[in-house]
Amino acid sequence: MRVVLAEDLFLLRDGLVRLLEAYGFEIAAAVESGPELTRALAESRPDVAVVDVRLPPSHTDEGLQCALRARRERPGLPVLVLSQHVEQLYARELLADGAGGVGYLLKDRVFDAEQFVDAVRRVAAGGTAMDPQVIQQLLARRAADDRPLARLTPRELEVLELMAQGRSNTAIAERLVVTERAVAKHTSNIFAKLGLEVSDDDNRRVLAVLAHLDHGR
Amino acid sequence: MNTDTGKSGHVTKRACGVVVAAGRGLALALTALPVSVLCLTLSLVSIALVPVGVGLVTTPWVLNGVRTWANWRRVLAAEWGGQRIPPAYRPVAEDANPWARTSGMLRDPATWRDLGWLYVDMTAGFVTALLAAVLPLYALEGLLMPAGLWWAVAGPHFDHGPYWYGFVPVQGQRTAFAAGALGAVLLVAAYFLAPRVLHAHFVLTRAVLGPDRSQLAERVRVLTETRRDAVDVSAAELRRIERDLHDGAQARLVAMGMDLGTAEALLDKDPETAKKLLAQARRSSAEALTELRDLVRGIHPPVLAERGLGDAVRALALRLPVATEVTVELDGRRADAPVESAAYFAVSEVLTNAVKHSGADRIWVDLHRAGGVLRATVTDNGKGGARVGAGSGLSGVERRLGTFDGVLAVSSPVGGPTLVTVEIPCA
Repeated sequence: MRVVLAEDLFLLRDGLVRLLEAYGFEIAAAVESGPELTRALAESRPDVAVVDVRLPPSHTDEGLQCALRARRERPGLPVLVLSQHVEQLYARELLADGAGGVGYLLKDRVFDAEQFVDAVRRVAAGGTAMDPQVIQQLLARRAADDRPLARLTPRELEVLELMAQGRSNTAIAERLVVTERAVAKHTSNIFAKLGLEVSDDDNRRVLAVLAHLDHGR
Repeated sequence: MNTDTGKSGHVTKRACGVVVAAGRGLALALTALPVSVLCLTLSLVSIALVPVGVGLVTTPWVLNGVRTWANWRRVLAAEWGGQRIPPAYRPVAEDANPWARTSGMLRDPATWRDLGWLYVDMTAGFVTALLAAVLPLYALEGLLMPAGLWWAVAGPHFDHGPYWYGFVPVQGQRTAFAAGALGAVLLVAAYFLAPRVLHAHFVLTRAVLGPDRSQLAERVRVLTETRRDAVDVSAAELRRIERDLHDGAQARLVAMGMDLGTAEALLDKDPETAKKLLAQARRSSAEALTELRDLVRGIHPPVLAERGLGDAVRALALRLPVATEVTVELDGRRADAPVESAAYFAVSEVLTNAVKHSGADRIWVDLHRAGGVLRATVTDNGKGGARVGAGSGLSGVERRLGTFDGVLAVSSPVGGPTLVTVEIPCA
């Protein structure tokens, strides 16, 4: 799997390259600025891009803007965005095209190499990987005025939270130490209570849940 | 042809200006008279009662009300008349005793300027505002005379003599036409004069309420005061940051280094414990990062650096537990970083206040920049009763805005809604 990596701090870039190579990824390009990233995405056509939000030369959200631009030109181009802080505003912009293949994680998540690599693979396969903090903020905001959400049992809320992060039923089952069938039952309950259409496609399912959490019905 | 449409466009615009001036004049006249009379009466009575003792308690309270009213009129003068009137009050210590507060406020020349302004406002100010409204309305009355209005006003009462429209005695269709002609002349006068009269009202407000040239010394004193405030605030901020770093991230890094060292020593002898220590070190580093992130957000929020004020406030709104609607009209250009930062923290503090105390379930934020002024308004549908002072977050906001000659105006009747306006001049 070929990766384009954009991170301006040498130590972090170096560490990410080593981490990804250790898990069998091929680094197509590791760049340190916005213009270089745009060029690398166009030239090396990677399977997934791992991008820091803030990049030189402007040191604003240049990485995010490059990624969004690249996705407009090549819809569904898998992009995993990393940042020192997560904002619902940015998550919303990344998810806006509804195409999937998006990740948005705090940089701290690289501490857990396996989880991080799992997220990269999921995004590359067209799935989503949303930072737990984004989902928690969404849930906290919706909890106050979302009646359907209030009807979920605590267990179902737990499942919903993990599902919104983009995890598969298998991963959720493993995390909560229950069987996959139990998770499937929870998810169908959640979808019924929220009034969402059930879909067999895991990725579409996550996008539907996120859209519900972000805007309600 | 082109000049024709240009001219008619100009006339339409001017006519709209007259209507707007009339509406604003009427609103001003209707509020200015009762509120200014009330404020002046209460102030004089309260000051007169100072020797008895009662005044000591009531005076600061009443004078704060006067200042709130004056601040509202400052905002209106800037918005409707383009007249910027910087406030120049001496700060009053929140925890001072009643005597110190009262005497401090009474020694402040701005207080006496306020009282003088109240008197001017309820006389000349009232007349100028009313004139802007009455001139076009009276002209309209005259124009309607020949169309039958004369019968309604004069018809049934011929016994009591004619109805005087200006100097025209209206008693029949013929004299009604004369009144109509006078109305037309007045309309032309209103067309040219109404907006000017309203403008004159604001110029008058500024002349009386604003610090004049001889009060340059006062201005210097205010600048010295706000500068000291600014230095105090930033010094306190630095102390807080130092303490947070010292007790938080720094301590965690020390613990982490210790855990890593111990793990290294135990790696061969006791791999199980070493593993546990490594996991603990990783947790410590994650916690240190979280603390640093919160700290950074308090110093300069990342979204503000990355996207500017509009998106920073949008991102802030998304974090609030209360549904918040944000409207941004900042004409694309970014203000200077210090102004952006001051506006952001002011809005943030006002929002925090609204969420904590108002009990509102909806909040509206409006950011607007025009004519060299950045204005933020925060409205909530809560229970109202918010005030500047009494250790509320709002007085902190006012203090910090002082550095930028910014104004804070709070309208929060008991029962709500609360409307807080922040204005900061920016080039």
